[in-house]
Amino acid sequence: MKVIIGQGSCGIATGAKKTEAEFEKQIKEKNVNVTLDFTGCVGTCYLEPIVDVYEDNGDMTRYVKVQPDKVEKIVEEHLIGGKPVEEYAISAEDQQFLAKQERIVLRHCGHINPEKIEEYMAVGGYEATKKVLTSMTADEVIGEIKTANLRGRGGAGFPTWFKWNAAKGNPGKNKYIVCNADEGDPGAFMDRSVLEGDPHSVLEGMIIGGYAMGATEGVIYCRAEYPLAIKRLEIALEQAREKGFLGKNIFGSGYDFDIRIKAGAGAFVCGEETALIASLEGERGMPRLKPPFPAARGYWQAPTNINNVETFANVSWIIMNGGEAFAKIGKGPSTGTKVFALAGKIKKGGLAEVPMGLPVRDVIFGIGGGIKNDKEFKAVQMGGPSGGCIPASLIDTPVTYEDIVKTGAIVGSGGMIVMDEDTCMVDMARYFLDFTRKESCGKCNYCRIGTKRMLEILERITRGEGRDGDIELLEELAGKIKDGSLCGLGQTAPNPVLTTLKYFRNEYEDHIYNHKCTAGSCKALIHYEITDKCIGCTACSKKCPVGAISGQVKGQHVIDQTKCIKCGKCEETCKFGAIVRK
Amino acid sequence: MSEKCCCAGEKFKELQPVLDKYAKVPGSLITILQKTQEIYGYLSMEAINHISEATGIKPAKIYGVATFYAQFRLQPVGKYLIMLCQGTACHVNGSEMIEEAVCEHLGIKDGETTDDGVFTLNNVACLGCCSLAPVMMVQSAEGNETYGNLTKDKVVKILDEIRERA
Repeated sequence: MKVIIGQGSCGIATGAKKTEAEFEKQIKEKNVNVTLDFTGCVGTCYLEPIVDVYEDNGDMTRYVKVQPDKVEKIVEEHLIGGKPVEEYAISAEDQQFLAKQERIVLRHCGHINPEKIEEYMAVGGYEATKKVLTSMTADEVIGEIKTANLRGRGGAGFPTWFKWNAAKGNPGKNKYIVCNADEGDPGAFMDRSVLEGDPHSVLEGMIIGGYAMGATEGVIYCRAEYPLAIKRLEIALEQAREKGFLGKNIFGSGYDFDIRIKAGAGAFVCGEETALIASLEGERGMPRLKPPFPAARGYWQAPTNINNVETFANVSWIIMNGGEAFAKIGKGPSTGTKVFALAGKIKKGGLAEVPMGLPVRDVIFGIGGGIKNDKEFKAVQMGGPSGGCIPASLIDTPVTYEDIVKTGAIVGSGGMIVMDEDTCMVDMARYFLDFTRKESCGKCNYCRIGTKRMLEILERITRGEGRDGDIELLEELAGKIKDGSLCGLGQTAPNPVLTTLKYFRNEYEDHIYNHKCTAGSCKALIHYEITDKCIGCTACSKKCPVGAISGQVKGQHVIDQTKCIKCGKCEETCKFGAIVRK
Repeated sequence: MSEKCCCAGEKFKELQPVLDKYAKVPGSLITILQKTQEIYGYLSMEAINHISEATGIKPAKIYGVATFYAQFRLQPVGKYLIMLCQGTACHVNGSEMIEEAVCEHLGIKDGETTDDGVFTLNNVACLGCCSLAPVMMVQSAEGNETYGNLTKDKVVKILDEIRERA
């Protein structure tokens, strides 16, 4: 019997380590003969900590939300008694979260121990590398990736084969292949999950890509905010070297290749290729003019190819199953699958890998279970600070690079932040502009100053001080910033404003002309009132920090609007739902 | 502005192995700064000058790199560094309210340290635990601990527990 505990960052954050310690203690105390092991992120983050119990015949029972207090019962009844504890097991409904997915990138996540190369090899790991290095030419590899039509999963969707081919064609004594693991989009965490749950699949993608373009070295540029991913990558690299999958003369092919990790230092702009290269060289991460493209002159002026984590994780599957099999999945020119990170006001947050072309509705309602507290779905934000909001009316848009762009958003790295009726769209736009304004590297005037000016306008609108003409001014600035910026950060920075203006213009107008925030989120534009549900318990008046609430015991209280600072403490305190926000 | 001082080497002796390994390797400045911060908790002007002498990179340039990236700090931090996630999912789920609660409870703002030197508060972009939003990570010599599904009450309770330990 085997007990496996999910230990990605989110599992650990919900207490997986404590659960593990409790299992260890119980197993020792009760002298039970089971193996205790761990795996990466299973993907159903909303059910963490997750514990899988495997019988010797391979049958598996999945337990969810296993806090230490549940462990004793599982050990006694299941591990010792042989009878699964039904009440702690995953429900049939929750099983649908994974059952509705099609997993290529995440195929091993939640199944293997990411710190043991043997487990990766037992599920066919490094077979693709062996096949490539011992029986394929570089052109054949590139051809296979071309047949698959694998496109960059980091956001832009640029054909991967084209980049590999360009880097291959450019002469250079040294050539580099770089893995962009600087998942900077706030709200996306699929790359972290892959690195933590299946690091070898990324290494394999890099070795194969490196062979195809003739790279002499690989570098993984990983966010410093992901300490666990870096640790597991280091272990994976060490093990791959020991097995001879990295180093000199890999698989007797004569191909020499090794990979090292560089920890990023926190700059969103480093998602841009030339900025990332500057950062690798120890400089401020500022982009430069292209051409020359990195494929011609990149890291230390040598031909360089940069792909994202998820892109690399697809490569070994394509080699083993063929480009055609991959191209059959998906819709039109968007082939294969895409991993989406579901978060925000969604019932079931986690990772959903689906074939490209599935409608957004199927991802959010089919897999994600719909909106928290059964509120009304308002919009989904895709593509992070470079993307936009897709409104409820377009929820049947298929998730392909082409269809999503038509809405004004982008697929991006795959973050899907779901918003309900309580989310103010002007505030969302303000949030993203605040982000891009901070992250602008400062090289281009329009990006550096323009985003600041746009933010100021959005701030005054959410403060209730919006002026006639502000919307037009935002639109004018947005156009100028797009035209006047060198890199993707500036060119896409206005997108969150433009898409919310396109679909939720009435909210902007409500803020400016009617001094009203329909979502009830902008503090300056709301007020609290006490209804006749009030029984006069005085709890709210005791809690109010400014003494704005008055009234007799057992009589309806009132709020003095001139004193109220709209902190919301009264609403939180009231047990009778008598305080409403308007 | 670089100060030649016989005791500098003594003062930064923990850093010496790092400098021995990376000082002459091109492109290693960020790595050196990361290791320096790991050892001393922040980048002091003294440390920057010391790195400048060892690497030959001008202090102004080092300062430029250090201030460009969000990770680097030029001021010392408290024993426990609260990294409060302000990612999109956390924002939608009320991270601003959590920030208010933390600020009110500790009497500090973003980037500040409590008078007793126990806590420093830093807003960060995204910790990648979006399905547990709102989230914070507390960094200390004990390691990194992540807390999810925060509420105003929960975050205050967590901070009180940490303070008792400190």
